[in-house]
This record gives sequence, structure tokens and C-alpha cells, in this order.
Amino acid sequence: MSKTVVIKGGKIINHDGELRADVRIENEIVVEVGANLKGDVELDASGCIVTSGFVDLHAHLREPGKEEAETIETGSRAGALGGYTALVAMPNTDPPQDSVAVIDFVREQGKRAGLVDVIPSGCITLGRQGETLAPMAELAQAGVNFFTDDGFGVQDASLMRRALEYARGLGVTLAQHCEVAELTKGAVMSECQCCTDLGLPGWPAIAEELMVFRDIELVRITGATMHFLHLSTARSVDLVRAAKRDGLPITAEVTPHHLSLTQELLASYDSVYKVNPPLRSNDDIRALKIGLLDGTIDAIATDHAPHPRRDKEMSLDMAPPGMLGLETALGVVLAFGDLEIKDVVALLSWNPARIAKIDNAHGRPIAVSEPANICIFDPELSWSVDLQRLASKSINSPYVGRTLRGKVRHTIFRGTPTVIDGQAQK
Amino acid sequence: MKHLRSIDELGHSGLLEILQLTDHMTEINQRPVPKVPALRGRTVASLFFEDSTRTRLSFETAAKRLSADTLTFNVSTSSVNKGESLRDTVATITDMGVDAFVVRHKSVGIPWQIEQWTKASIINAGDGAHQHPTQAIVDCYTIREATHTARFDGMQITIVGDIKHSRVARSNIQAFSMLGAKVTLVAPPTLLPPDVSHWPVEVNHHLDDVIPTSDVLYMLRLQSERMSQGHVPTLREYSEQYGLTQKRVARLRDSAIVMHPGPMNRGVEMQIDPSDVKNSLIHRQVANGVSVRMAVLFDLLGSGANLGGQA
Repeated sequence: MSKTVVIKGGKIINHDGELRADVRIENEIVVEVGANLKGDVELDASGCIVTSGFVDLHAHLREPGKEEAETIETGSRAGALGGYTALVAMPNTDPPQDSVAVIDFVREQGKRAGLVDVIPSGCITLGRQGETLAPMAELAQAGVNFFTDDGFGVQDASLMRRALEYARGLGVTLAQHCEVAELTKGAVMSECQCCTDLGLPGWPAIAEELMVFRDIELVRITGATMHFLHLSTARSVDLVRAAKRDGLPITAEVTPHHLSLTQELLASYDSVYKVNPPLRSNDDIRALKIGLLDGTIDAIATDHAPHPRRDKEMSLDMAPPGMLGLETALGVVLAFGDLEIKDVVALLSWNPARIAKIDNAHGRPIAVSEPANICIFDPELSWSVDLQRLASKSINSPYVGRTLRGKVRHTIFRGTPTVIDGQAQK
Repeated sequence: MKHLRSIDELGHSGLLEILQLTDHMTEINQRPVPKVPALRGRTVASLFFEDSTRTRLSFETAAKRLSADTLTFNVSTSSVNKGESLRDTVATITDMGVDAFVVRHKSVGIPWQIEQWTKASIINAGDGAHQHPTQAIVDCYTIREATHTARFDGMQITIVGDIKHSRVARSNIQAFSMLGAKVTLVAPPTLLPPDVSHWPVEVNHHLDDVIPTSDVLYMLRLQSERMSQGHVPTLREYSEQYGLTQKRVARLRDSAIVMHPGPMNRGVEMQIDPSDVKNSLIHRQVANGVSVRMAVLFDLLGSGANLGGQA
């Protein structure tokens, strides 16, 4: 018999409304919602929002292969501290997640850590080489329903068409990293006036938009389900908006950093701001926010990309792209996103749970008989990142010295608190 | 001034100060024994991750004429492979006790990045396609010397060639316009950065249009790999459109000056011998290079020292 956990004094936000009530959890399930509940463990939630645990569609957990940067355990802990109860693990590991053996390993490591549900995604092409399809049916049988070559876009239009056709037969979703590689050779930052001044090769917006357009049209002729990863430009949002208006089965995400940081930061020569796709302009940020408000963009996903310090200490052109995201996502979105709290919950939990097809266990209402994957956060608390205290093995956070608003207080995963008062419980 | 990494960092008054100081250095260089003790006991390390014998020699000559000790760390980027090594290299040489690093690197921003690993002054001797401030000061000094004017008001300076990949162009555009010149860039659109609308420049794609109105014609080097990268169809076509030919020289104003940062690509951007041009300042650029770099080193390291005595 596990301990009963009671969340006291918070405001519950569900799809159908808000209510002030305590929540009692037993055996991984919400058993009671009401006033003055008692339990073995009582979590104070006064001033806090109580809602479903967050779901990240885009986490690089680096294991297997780059455990120096992150492990599934440390990434899971970072996730729990950020209010997450499920992370979709990106497949650009070494070896990549293109075989059942690696998929099983990632899932097992997730279970061993036991802090969040680690949902392995699969590669679209073998070894993410963009040449031949990965064994998608086998991977689908092993439980994978989200496929991507993230880090690279599938360049070959014919191969991408076949992948979408094949995926339709399997009922799985393909997620694209949109980047036409010929247009971004050597690119370090967005193509803009700042890159002109610095003399750096630019990453033009059209390199993303061309592939967004191509894939929308491929979805139109194949009928497969498609998700666009980390959109960064205004025109990409327009393209997806039009595609959705046509009723195509398309979803899209944006990262917290593309909502909060701009390309001019690269003039500091600090590679912590190097990310792929690159930071863009204020106009792009505005367009992405409108996309969030009007439903064009369905989810906020972190693209959590840990890198060891020695890799990020390289010059802008040599340093690998990517920044941490799991522990700061909520605080960044509340501070910079210009969104209602309910929208934030939808973008961080309900919608991504649906896109990842894990909405039987995540993104659920806080109600009797529902699985207890719950995030409790203070939406007003201002805080800033302390690199020494990050749970991630890496420290490449761009938010040092910036004030964030909104912090996770408790996280409950399968009925057990993984975070209490901002402290990871294991 | 602690570092010299970009013309922006130097600023207008800093630029004027270095130009004035260079006059003193030029005087020293004309002495029978062109050496003063101003920087005795100081150590200048040249850290060249990209080969450039001429720039390195220019700095080292400058340091020696001021009696500084010099260290040379000559590495190709292939042998020192990545950032960790760069950090180690900088920290190690710092531990040996150096007062200034002269840094040349193929990557943009290195002179700023290494600041966190050393207390020494940092002089940017070229970072990627970003900045090469001492070259720009040399060029300003050379124009000043030739035209006997400290201000470039109304002067029409035309920079021709591969602006996109040129640190010399980026530094010179800033320096020339700081001194009041009107700068025109001449290049095919493929050799210009994606957006220069915020730069204080005019853009023209036809060299022949601006030849008759240019006071200074500044030719940039075109690297042959620009062809394989699709920036220009062939070197022949480039040199026809943008090279300095005898015919173009004939259309220059009598007083017009021709400059080039070196090394020249004869037969590409320079279809003539510089000595065929009446007012070619290419050799003055090299000579002034030493004086300007002396001025820069003295300004960064010479606090309190005087330039008087003999070494």
C-alpha cells in the first residue's frame, strides 16, 4: 500500500474550467477532489496552479553515446524539476534510435530513473543518414509512434514522400526538422544585419520555409500525420496556418528560446546562444506568439540540448548548436510568452500529450480516477537560473542573469512526488 | 585602452589618437637605429592559428623596435583542434607571463572569447571575416600620409571585391566612415553580405561607374575557392568585371590612390603591376604597418613610458 498524497490549497486548471480544491492521490490515481482532504504526505499548493504534468515533445537526453553531456537519469531529473512527467527522447543518440534494441534500452533507462515517462522516438531514416528508411514497422511494434531525424531534415523529397506513405500505413507521426541543408552550409546564426556585421555565414529563413512548404504538400498527397519541430520564422507560421485551414493533419511546436531570445545576442560571441534553428528577429517572435494564440502552433517544446562545457567553449563556428530547456521552460514561457495560464498548460501538457499519443496517461484532467501525473507551480514567483543548481549534467543555459517568472513547486509522477518544494526527491 | 579587437571598440577618438601616435613611430623608424626602450620588459605573444607571415612579422618587428620580448606560437588550426586546446594554449602562455596576445584565427569572435582565460591585452590580427583593425588603421594612416589630411570629409573611397568574406572590408568601412569618408562598395551581389542597408555605404555593382569619381580605389583579394562555391562563375569573368586593368587605371583621376591589403592576386583583381599606377600606395601600406602596430602596442602596454631614449 503506497502512501496517500494530498495536494492542499491549490487552484486546479482543467480543460473545462478552474476550481479551488485539494487533491488526494492513492496508488497512482486521483481518488478524491474536495475540501480539507488528509493524507500521509501533504503538499502545500497555496498560491499555486495544480494541473497535468508537462509533456516535452523534444528532449535530447544524450544517452546512449554522449553521457558526458546528459544521461537519461539526469535529463529526467531536470524534466521533473521543470514540471514534466513525460519526455519524448530524440533519436540522435549514438547509436541512434533506429533499432528495437536501442529503443528498448532508452525506455528501460527511463524506467530505472523512474522520474518521468521516457518516450523514445525513432529515426525516419537509418542512422539519420537520409538515405534509406529505418525499420519503422518494427519500431512501431516496439511502441514507437513518433519518428524524426531531428538535427537533420530529410533532404530527399522522394524519400520523405515514401516515409510519409509508409507512416500512414502504420498510423504513426513523422516529425520534421525543417532545414534545406544546401542553404545552411557553415551557417552559425540567422541571416540578418548582425550576421553581416560579424561576417558569419547566415542561416536564411527560407531554408526552413522551403521544407515546411514541401512537407505540407507531401502531407496533402499522402494523408500522413506530420509534426513540425521548432518552427522559428514568421513565414513558417503562415504556411502551417494555411495548411491547417485546408484541414491537413499537421501539428507544430515552438521552443521557449525562439519566443524569448533574438539573433542580436550572437554579437556577444557567446556560443550559448548558438542553436539550430537559430535565434531570429523580434518580428519572428511576434509571429510565433500569434501562432500560439490562434492555434497554428500546438505545443511548446524545449529542444533541451545539453552540451559539455568544453564543447561550448569553442568559437561560434565550431561550437555545437543547442541550449538547455527543461528546467526553465515554464519560467520562460510565463515571463516572455504573453499567454494566459490556461494556454500555457495546453501548450506544455494537453496538446503535446495528444501529439505524442500518450494522452491516456498524460495531459489528463485533475479528476477522480485519472492517472496522477501532476504539476504544481507558482505562476508568479520570479527567479533566475543558478548554474550550480541545475540538475542537468550540462550548464549551457542562456537564461543566466535573466529574470524568469513562474516556477515548479511540486511534481507528481505516477502518484509519487518527484519534486517537493523545488527539490528533486531522488 | 586595454584591448584592440575592432574599430568600433577603438572608437573615433581612439583612432585619432593611434594615428597621431603613429607619427612618432614613423619618426623613430627613420632614425639610424630605429629602436627605443619603451616596452622593455614587456612580452608580446603572437598567436597565429591561421598562417599570415606578413602580419605576424609586422607585429613582431613593431614589438622589437619598442624593445618588447616576443613569443611566437605558430599553429595551423589542424594541429590545435578545438576550443579546449585554445583555452589551454591561452592559459599556458598567460602563465609564462605575457602582456599582450596578438591573435589571428579563422573563427569570428576568438579575441573576445579568450578574454575570459587571460589578463593580457588582446590585439585582433584578424578573426574570420569579421575584423582586422590594425590593417584599417594602417590604411587610414597611409591615406592621411598621401593626402596630407587628417580628415577624410567628402573623400570618395571605393572598396572593390569580396566584401562578404573580408575582415579588412568590415574594419575599413568603419574606420573610413568614422573619419568622414564616403564609402562605396563595388562587388557582384554574391560577394556582398546579405543585408548592408544599415552600413554607412553606397553599393554599386559596376566598377566602371565609380572609377572616375573615386579618390581612393581599394582592391580586395579574391580567393579562388569563391568560384567553386558559386560566388562567381569564373576568375576570368571576375577579373574582367572587377579587376584593375590598364584601361581602368587610365580612367582614374590623376590624384586617385590605389590600395590593396595584400597579398595580391596578380591576374585576378590586379591585372597590372602596382608600379604601373602613379599613386599606388601598396608599398606604403606595408611600411606603415610596422609604425601603426608600434603605436598600438605602445598605447596598450606603454603606460607611463616615454618614447625618448635609445635602446
